[in-house]
Amino acid sequence: MTLAERIIAAHSGQSEVYPGQFVYADVDFCLGNDITAPIAIKEFEEAGLEKVFDRNRIALVPDHFTPSKDIASAQQVKTLRDFARRHQLEYFFEIGSMGVEHALLPELGLVLPGDLVIGADSHTCTYGALGAFAVGVGSTDLAACFATGKVWLKVPETIKFLFNGRLPKWSSGKDLILFVIGDIGVDGALYKVMEFTGPAISALPIDDRFAICNMAVEAGAKAGIIPPDKIAEKYVKGRAKRGYVMYSSNGAASYCQTKEYDASKITPQVALPNLPSNVQPVEALARIDIDQVVIGSCTNGRITDLRVAAGILKGKKVHPYVRLIVIPATQAIYLEALKEGLIETFLKAGASVSTPTCGPCLGGHMGILAEGERCLATTNRNFPGRMGHPKSEVYLSSPAVAAASAVTGKITHPAEAI
Amino acid sequence: MGRCWKFGNNISTDHIIAGKYLVTSDPKTLAIHCLEDTRPEFPKKVKAGDLVVAGENFGCGSSREHAPIALKGCGIKGIIASSFARIFFRNAINIGLPIFESREAARDIQEGDEVEIDMGASKIVNRTRGKNYGFEPFPKEILEIIEAGGLMQFVKKRMGKQK
Repeated sequence: MTLAERIIAAHSGQSEVYPGQFVYADVDFCLGNDITAPIAIKEFEEAGLEKVFDRNRIALVPDHFTPSKDIASAQQVKTLRDFARRHQLEYFFEIGSMGVEHALLPELGLVLPGDLVIGADSHTCTYGALGAFAVGVGSTDLAACFATGKVWLKVPETIKFLFNGRLPKWSSGKDLILFVIGDIGVDGALYKVMEFTGPAISALPIDDRFAICNMAVEAGAKAGIIPPDKIAEKYVKGRAKRGYVMYSSNGAASYCQTKEYDASKITPQVALPNLPSNVQPVEALARIDIDQVVIGSCTNGRITDLRVAAGILKGKKVHPYVRLIVIPATQAIYLEALKEGLIETFLKAGASVSTPTCGPCLGGHMGILAEGERCLATTNRNFPGRMGHPKSEVYLSSPAVAAASAVTGKITHPAEAI
Repeated sequence: MGRCWKFGNNISTDHIIAGKYLVTSDPKTLAIHCLEDTRPEFPKKVKAGDLVVAGENFGCGSSREHAPIALKGCGIKGIIASSFARIFFRNAINIGLPIFESREAARDIQEGDEVEIDMGASKIVNRTRGKNYGFEPFPKEILEIIEAGGLMQFVKKRMGKQK
């Protein structure tokens, strides 16, 4: 069985599962945020359900419109807070401990290798970087899981993505996943698992792996997953709140497709409006002036991302026509960036640094675009109007390209800004 | 019988209901803004019983259940598409919004066509063009959820049985 199949089998009381099979799987951990959980809570309560399956296996993370941007969003967070207190949930994250959910939960050791995780947020697939089978679902799925600790799943087929060689100097996990989405399209892995393997993946730090699995959903995938290795184990050790299992695909694993790439050819990539698959290498682009740069999100708001960006911005100034917004994804990342002097670098360069929030990524707050404006963001989606006005544009890139472009005012290869 | 609204490929949940409106989950409020930037006349002119017809990967992007809730809030009786993004597919099933996968129907049905779904015979009937199309049958596990009226009703039934 493949890595994903082994995890599903282990969570559904089966010795073996096969693609297409329906299972009701046991969930190790589930989560919702200030947008999705209010509906889940309403469904749970309207169904007359009284007890959650396990108060230690549910996280509510108000991260999308927080710190609450208006009264309506404050009401939504209050719904989460009241529910968390009523059911004595162990993991409700108030402002001050809150972070962007998919950076926060791995950081706290709440999602682990071998876990089956569901989250009422499409980027739940991020945890595949640790060797978990983690799938995004909707609010009603979360409500059902609150009550039963289970989820209905159709066992997906797995596509193997094998990366030989090493990524070149200025390329990161983000460039790798943008390249793949550009290659297979926004529904290229629809309903399937994307398993990322090979020497280029093994050489990547955990933060790059999070970025890769995070965007599996942008190719339509049910999950992204990386076989857990020493790097994953090193990250998990000392954080894990529970035991964990490091599964791997076994000899008889059957893949519906194998795609092989030479990672050394993947140069910095940019997704142009209005689809994450509309990808071009930076060097192939004509001049594209930008109004705003956002460095952050569940894709690229981690410490490695901030280090790369600060490395480029050190001693430089943000272009006078550009607004640079940097959003560390969690409090711990923020603090680490402060200790390392990265925050000082950002401020001296003329960037704005925000408390953790999903904010601008989904057009929520903290950096909304006006008509005709163009933003280069390290986020994950660029559908029309994603970050503001329906006639604004979002380009997606790595933190290195974002930082370089903030300096020059146009989309720029990092090597040109150094 | 319902009148069809036709859309293209990769209609994302951002198209269906933009992020800025996710401060409520009220179906009627969400319905006012459903697909407004893609087809400004849609939320104004859509009628109860209408159908949405779309191409590949309908509902891609975010997991927001607000998207199927908004469509349901508009009175949309069903969605026919070449393919659905997986979280949207789950959400629609879970909240009891009928969805049908048919490449042939999605290609053939035109804006304004009068279309009927014959669940018993598993076919989509195009009254305007006098044509029938099949759709992907649901596996029995999904049919059980649909027949229960959605996932929460299904869960309640199962939990009741376990007691």
